[in-house]
Amino acid sequence: MIRLQNIHKSYITGTNKLHVLKGIDLHIKEGELVSIMGSSGSGKSTLLNILGLLDNHDDGVYLLNQQEIKAMSETKAAKLRNDLLGFVFQSFNLISFKNAMENVALPLYYKKVARKKRNRMAVEYLDKLGLKDWAEHMPNELSGGQKQRVAIARSIITNPKIILADEPTGALDSKTSIEVMDILKEINASGITVIIVTHENDIAHMTDRIINLKDGRIESIIETRKVNRTESSKIPQ
Amino acid sequence: MIDLDKWQEITAALKKNKLRTILTGMGVMFGILILVTLLGIGKGFQNNIQSSLGNFATNSTVFWVQRTTKAYKGLPRNRFYQFTNDDIVAIKISVPELENIAPEIDGWSGGATNNTFRAEKKGNFRIKGTSPEMNMVNPVDVTAGRFINENDLKDYRKVITIGPRVQELMFEKDEDPIGQYLKVNGIYLKIIGTVKPLSQNMGNREDIIQMPYTTLQRLYNRGDKFYSFLATAKVGESVDELQNSIFSILARRHNIHPDDKQAIGNFNIAKLFQKIFGLFNSIGFLFWIIGLGVLLTGIIGVSNIMHVVVKERTKEIGIKRAIGARPAEVVGQIINESVFLTTFAGFWGLVLGVLIVEGIGKATEGSVDSQILNPYVDINVAFIALGVLVFFGVLAGLLPALKAIRIKPVDALRYE
Ligand SMILES: Nc1ncnc2c1ncn2[C@@H]1O[C@H](COP(=O)(O)OP(=O)(O)OP(=O)(O)O)[C@@H](O)[C@H]1O
Ligand SMILES: [Mg+2]
Repeated sequence: MIRLQNIHKSYITGTNKLHVLKGIDLHIKEGELVSIMGSSGSGKSTLLNILGLLDNHDDGVYLLNQQEIKAMSETKAAKLRNDLLGFVFQSFNLISFKNAMENVALPLYYKKVARKKRNRMAVEYLDKLGLKDWAEHMPNELSGGQKQRVAIARSIITNPKIILADEPTGALDSKTSIEVMDILKEINASGITVIIVTHENDIAHMTDRIINLKDGRIESIIETRKVNRTESSKIPQ
Repeated sequence: MIDLDKWQEITAALKKNKLRTILTGMGVMFGILILVTLLGIGKGFQNNIQSSLGNFATNSTVFWVQRTTKAYKGLPRNRFYQFTNDDIVAIKISVPELENIAPEIDGWSGGATNNTFRAEKKGNFRIKGTSPEMNMVNPVDVTAGRFINENDLKDYRKVITIGPRVQELMFEKDEDPIGQYLKVNGIYLKIIGTVKPLSQNMGNREDIIQMPYTTLQRLYNRGDKFYSFLATAKVGESVDELQNSIFSILARRHNIHPDDKQAIGNFNIAKLFQKIFGLFNSIGFLFWIIGLGVLLTGIIGVSNIMHVVVKERTKEIGIKRAIGARPAEVVGQIINESVFLTTFAGFWGLVLGVLIVEGIGKATEGSVDSQILNPYVDINVAFIALGVLVFFGVLAGLLPALKAIRIKPVDALRYE
């Protein structure tokens, strides 16, 4: 699903050049649940943003779904994001003047799905995440956990192949964090590849594989356990 | 078309900061209001001047006698001569570009004493000899009876037309002047028509008594002489050429040196008209410039606000792009907002402008002193203004929108 070879990325600020990613080689298979760990500034977000086509790499080869990602038009990148990817952010990134249902439905708007249909689907997805009664509420009326569940609903409504989550539990208490992780695991169980950036050990250990970044390089990869995927499949495709 | 979604996006964004939206909209509104009002008033000026010109033929020229300034064919300089009725015949025969030629003789008003009597009534009026063709060159409104015709001219008939002031002073309100007689300078003349000038300018008067110029020549012992006439060129013919042709005929007939332009007074009225219309156009042009300038300020305001709005919404735009909004959709959305804002505000400016212009029209209606007559807003102008608004609305949105999509999604998302 994702193949990285010798990915480099530097930021230029003024006269300084900051080499953030120094040759990343990585292979993530379809259906995997992976976490990326590392200390602050090690390049986790940078890597995830490159994977999510929100930023571009300077050097190396990136294959996404067998397609080489090179300098491409923003229109094409937008279509790939819309078709293949779903994002979950630490700060939720809901649109403040849209209610929960409209936020969830928004990716479908860019897929040109009719209004009625996408709102119905949005309510279905909110229902799956236990938020049916909150569909009409504005983001500022929701708790952190609820906001993140809305954001997750929004990320999966287009039925993407990959979910990219940058510290999805970073702003949540531990109980809510576990709930969110359970949801992400269920999503993964339905066959969607999930990549989570975190600096919390407990969270990382709930994933199949932990990729440790240090100073822009992969320091180690830890296989935590093998999951039996046939067991549960609460989130149908 | 704007569907419900786009509509919601637009209104949600604009509602987020109502006061700012309203203030910005006001800028555009006043811009279009001023543009429309200025153009309406400009139209009013134009109507006013046009009406003061009446229906005076624009392709006309006037000739009058002066003294010669060159000796010629044994005749001395500084010689006085007069036009004759045969000059008219000769010009008619040999100048193909001539449309109408109308001699005119100014008689006298009585000075301080009255020159016109009827029973107990008396008055002092302007007496004039004129020709039927004068009504083609400098037309009047014949309110009753008829104007002087060719037969009156040929037969030296003692007939007159009278102006409104004459009728007012010499007749009771319920009296019909047609067929009645006035004693003018001791001679009884029969009224055949009442005429009203179409404008106060261009030598038109209300206190006028006109008779055939041949009658005037005979009654006042002027032989076949007169001092001035008006001539018009046929449609498409040059008035300059008409002048030259008439000049050479008159010069030849009166033994005037061909280069003695001073000897025959001449004024090209067509050129005056061109100047006046040129003035209209430059006033109109000036008004357009001012109006568009004000409008432009409003639109620059919109563009500024769109810049601020887009900057504020950088993060929102980043989120939308992360979930699949194409750049074209982002740009389209911003342009929609700005076009909506400009058109909506502009529409109200247009409506208010039209109301103001109509108000001015009502206020100046019937007022003689007013420099403005029937101001109105040309519907085409209104549409052009709206078109200009939409165009600049697109532009006002386009610049910040293009700036917005140049930001990488990742940077937009990080924006606080
Ligand atoms: N747009 C940018 N311009 C310049 N420097 C940047 C930019 N984005 C990230 N960096 C720098 O790159 C380095 C890696 O940043 P990154 O956000 O990937 O770290 P991280 O591993 O996600 O850290 P954290 O755990 O704090 O989120 C940091 O030193 C950061 O300051
Ligand atoms: Mg980070």
